[in-house]
Amino acid sequence: MSGLALGSMYGLIALGFHITYVVSNTVNFSQGSSVMLGAVVGYTFAVRLGWPLPLAMASALVACAAFGLLVERTLVRPFAQRGSNAWLMATVAGGIVLDNAVLFTFGKEPRSFPSPLAMQPIEVLGAGIFPLQLLIPLIGITIAGGLSLLLRRTRRGKALLAVVQNADAARLMGIDVKRTIAVSYALSTALAGLAGLLIAPLFSVHSDMGTLFGIKAFAVAILGGITSASGVMFAGILYGVAEALVTALLGSSYTQIVMFTAVIAALALMPNGLFGRAPVRKV
Amino acid sequence: MHAQVEFANIARRLLLAGALAFAITLPAKAQEVVKLGLVAAMSGQSAKSGEAIVRGLSIAIDEINARGGLLGKKVELIVRDDESNPAKGAIAARELVQREKVAALFGGLDTPVSLAIVPFANQNKIPFMGVWAAGTPITRNGAAENYVFRVSAVDELVDKALVDYSLAKYQAKKPGMILINNPWGESNEKGLKAALAAKNIPYAGIEKFETNDVDVVPQLSRLKEAGADVLYLVANVAPSSQVVKSLDRMGWAVPIVSHWGPAGGRFSELAGPSAAKVHFIQTYSFSGKLSPKGEAVLAALQKKYPEIKTLADVTPAVGIANAYDAMHLTGLAIAKAGSLEGPKVREAFYAIDTYPGLIKTYQKPFSPANQDALSEKDYIFTHFVEGEILPLTQ
Repeated sequence: MSGLALGSMYGLIALGFHITYVVSNTVNFSQGSSVMLGAVVGYTFAVRLGWPLPLAMASALVACAAFGLLVERTLVRPFAQRGSNAWLMATVAGGIVLDNAVLFTFGKEPRSFPSPLAMQPIEVLGAGIFPLQLLIPLIGITIAGGLSLLLRRTRRGKALLAVVQNADAARLMGIDVKRTIAVSYALSTALAGLAGLLIAPLFSVHSDMGTLFGIKAFAVAILGGITSASGVMFAGILYGVAEALVTALLGSSYTQIVMFTAVIAALALMPNGLFGRAPVRKV
Repeated sequence: MHAQVEFANIARRLLLAGALAFAITLPAKAQEVVKLGLVAAMSGQSAKSGEAIVRGLSIAIDEINARGGLLGKKVELIVRDDESNPAKGAIAARELVQREKVAALFGGLDTPVSLAIVPFANQNKIPFMGVWAAGTPITRNGAAENYVFRVSAVDELVDKALVDYSLAKYQAKKPGMILINNPWGESNEKGLKAALAAKNIPYAGIEKFETNDVDVVPQLSRLKEAGADVLYLVANVAPSSQVVKSLDRMGWAVPIVSHWGPAGGRFSELAGPSAAKVHFIQTYSFSGKLSPKGEAVLAALQKKYPEIKTLADVTPAVGIANAYDAMHLTGLAIAKAGSLEGPKVREAFYAIDTYPGLIKTYQKPFSPANQDALSEKDYIFTHFVEGEILPLTQ
């Protein structure tokens, strides 16, 4: 039960990997830091400055989207344009820079982000759970479904996908390629920020809270087959639930070993992930 | 002719003596201050601990310098951040000794980092004073000439105290352990098992969790099913609060007897109202009626660090108090040795007779058989009430 909420959170972050990948074939490895940024900015506005929660959350998401635009403009575009893969390292570095910048500005101590949805546990199927833990999967699945529809059914979504197939052709068709990629980055970091805001009341807010989430989410994205939004979300939930089950059944010493071995095994058997499609190579 | 030779001889001798004197004064000039090094977590989750240690050391150094310093020189503290990373700590220790030429090293909160520095300190004959990390093998490291001293808790003794407390207060019959998955957790796993075995008490289970685990419900459920009636908790402040929050969700009101991890930060904010249920060990508390020394140190702290407004800001008290006493003991050893040479300072530590400190009055605090100045008699149990650490009576 508790794995569901965590898994959906991995899924949300992994969706961010998915969205930039399908649009531009690049991913932002500072997603973990975006999770942290969402939580830290949300905390600062809501708790420190006492803003109403919806306004604070919206501002945090805007801040994350802005960070995404910045990452795309400075850490991805210059390298991708030259056909270099250095964006990979550049985004990792960008994440570390952000983590440490937050360490200096936000402070060194973990802080608590209280939420009315994580105060009184309710009982579901005999297990105590915070209402927030039910809300997270709901939001996750809704967003994954919405994203899937957006990409496949709407003109704008199709425009997004056209960019990755052939950027030049897309440009000739009047699609603003640069803007489309930038938007996908903003969307991806906003998703990570949302995950951060959602998990913060269950966790604590500090500058390195996102790192491990980022790594697990990337594993989830690959596992789900990075090209399918619903696949990525499903893989996230699967990962979270499996993680909790392994801990409960075998004991916590085995969790990481079993989980990451399973990821490797799954990828060896299904190289395109559980729900991904092999890229079509035209000869 | 003869006189000329004589003159040349004298001149040569004078030159030689001058050169010799110069050679002697050169290093002495570079050592106009007594440099002491600190390797501790100044950033990351445990950054608050490093800040507390710096404060404790600085207050003691100010007092020593006000009395004329050590060996006629001012004492200067050089701080390096280990980021809670053993490799970084080991490099920092090497840099402090080899480049900054510090006379002694102080250690921080993380047992893994201190363990990485111990072999270096022993090989290079540099006194290494632990003021926080409680891992048993830090001081009990098996070196023939042990340069590692400590003014802090020792896991093995803490574990005995935790077991004793759980028996006296809660009549524990089958305790369970929830431990952080690192060398500190391991050190306490051994200690708790031994302490329980000595009392002939079985344990319900041993569960580990990670620093960044959000949810500890699966581990705690295993302990609950195994029939645990008391939990021993060993983890730093943020992971400890995840345990408390997970217990809240489960609705499991089990007594928690904890090592001192929760003291390292804003535990009552992070863990919520249930934080007060966690009873944890401390070596010192600034709450309640203070000794004159306690009053003086508190006043000095408030004067030097204006951001300290209430007692809730004097956290973590153990870091401040241990560091304060450790600095004065180190100062006494250096003064007694009359030298900054490691082997002489080491011998002088053993020669310290009485030191009326903040935590207690130390009588012969160190001997080659026991390099720890504090014992289980010096521990107190405390809990958090609205951000302040208050002592509990047994």
